Amino acid sequence: MRQFLLPLVRHLLMASLLALPVTVAQAQGLPGALPPVKEGLEIGTSTTEIAITSDFRGADLTVFGALTNADELFLAIGQYDVVVSLEGPRDYATVRRKERVFGIWMNTQSMTFEQTPESYSIASTKPLADIQPVAQLNRLGLGINHLTLSPTGYLGNAAQLTDFREAYRRLKVGGGLYQNDTTGVRFVSSSLFRASLRLPANVPDGVHLVHAYLFKSGVLIAQKDLPLRVVKTGLEQAITDAAHEKPLAYGLFCVMVAVVTGWGASLLFRKD
Amino acid sequence: MMFYREAARDGGAYLAFRGVSVTVYLPIAELSVNIFIILGMGAAVGFLSGMFGVGGGFLITPLLIFYNIPPVVAVATGANQVVASSISGAISHFRRGTLDVKLGSVLLIGGLAGATVGVWIFSWLRRLGQLDLIISLLYVVFLGTIGSLMLMESLRAMRRAAKNQPVTLKRPGQHNWVHRLPLKMRFKKSKLYLSAIPVIGLGFGIGILTSVMGVGGGFIMVPAMIYLLRIPTNVVVGTSLFQIIFVTAYTTIVQAATNYSVDIVLATILMVAGVIGAQYGVRVGQKLRGEQLRALLALLVLAVGVRLAIDLIITPADLYSLQIGGGRG
Repeated sequence: MRQFLLPLVRHLLMASLLALPVTVAQAQGLPGALPPVKEGLEIGTSTTEIAITSDFRGADLTVFGALTNADELFLAIGQYDVVVSLEGPRDYATVRRKERVFGIWMNTQSMTFEQTPESYSIASTKPLADIQPVAQLNRLGLGINHLTLSPTGYLGNAAQLTDFREAYRRLKVGGGLYQNDTTGVRFVSSSLFRASLRLPANVPDGVHLVHAYLFKSGVLIAQKDLPLRVVKTGLEQAITDAAHEKPLAYGLFCVMVAVVTGWGASLLFRKD
Repeated sequence: MMFYREAARDGGAYLAFRGVSVTVYLPIAELSVNIFIILGMGAAVGFLSGMFGVGGGFLITPLLIFYNIPPVVAVATGANQVVASSISGAISHFRRGTLDVKLGSVLLIGGLAGATVGVWIFSWLRRLGQLDLIISLLYVVFLGTIGSLMLMESLRAMRRAAKNQPVTLKRPGQHNWVHRLPLKMRFKKSKLYLSAIPVIGLGFGIGILTSVMGVGGGFIMVPAMIYLLRIPTNVVVGTSLFQIIFVTAYTTIVQAATNYSVDIVLATILMVAGVIGAQYGVRVGQKLRGEQLRALLALLVLAVGVRLAIDLIITPADLYSLQIGGGRG
């Protein structure tokens, strides 16, 4: 019986709410009314560090969060939307386009974008376009298709810019570095949510940032950020450090390994 | 940075890793690979290099590129791998006395200079975004040319052997323009009185190829030494291996210092599998006849070249490519 009734109640609530924004606006406009309680957003990750081990095949990061001072009514009808993103370290990115020159495909044109995140994973309660108008998403730089991609240096014509931006996004999504999950954020109780973000196997190391955004009826009302460090561990880190900080010694070491391997083999397999 | 520190506090979350696997993370290439595929590649190339008496760099580098290892890392790591595969060969030639140290040293002077210029060209091409293309083009040109020449030569030799004629390498004229150059030196072991200029020049050219292509260059140097410099065949392989060790070692160090692109994990797996594979390759190689061996090697060289050429000619799946970092374009 309850199961039968529940959708019905929800429908009724929805119907009554269509008229609600008007009354709320009027209520807020009245002098002497109680100041509206501001909703808050809390998020947490138990670890601030993800280790890239030698058998690293990517990782799942779950971000838990809670809405504080949430309006029961708005919660019940799903007027709160949460978007959680994980942005990798930023660097310049150059997109190149091949053209056929004398029968051979070669890079002829290129465009470099300012400081874009190397990886980007985003999860939301519903498709971003249903949460915010496109112009607003572009302003926030929220979502794979709305990230700010500003080219450096001389700019060709605008049509090219669109092509190169599209190519950049397509390549990033194709390579698994940019991911989008429009149902990745789930409410586990009325005000508690859980977001699942996937870190691909080729995730860059460095400081990543978890951003959480809370929207109420399409208005951004709260935002929280948390850093997440992705580090190479043990041997992997030692090797990367050595290669970049003591490149000469590292090079010599590589040669030594080769000499020992080659020499060792000739001793080991000596016929006499 | 201030922001990161402020926000660094703990909350509640969990991380789930996928089950244990056979992948190994390459810290410099920055990707995970299947260890058995890399071991297999190393062993197969080692087997072939033992069988044919070549360094194998010209096979390892394209194979790594086919397996999506960035060409920058493939070339530098390929050079490192050649050091290991050349050493055991050079040692056995030294023991047998088929290594001309003086000739090798003169070649080496050119080789080191060439490798230095090569690394500089390599970095320059990388900045231009044309590195991958040039690497592929060089491979196509060299593998295509050498492969065709070797195939024709070995087929001719096989036809002659079938007719029971004595197999001799053609040596048209005892002297050519190379022998009229000044700065002559005496190379006792090779029984040669030869100008140092073409020797240094050859070393220089091969040195550039070592840096740019990640090869030892034996497959070009050996024919050049035989046909161009008229160096006796018995010292050619040992002497070229001797020179290759030092040029590839030098290239490895310079690549590590300028492009940070030598992956020690990848190199070690390749080397260990390679030297073991080479031992079995040598045994099989001894059972095959010279001209058959050369024909097989020629076919292999041509196959790799054709595969790379196809990649250059067919329309790529995506016309766009992406490079991260490298500062403002």
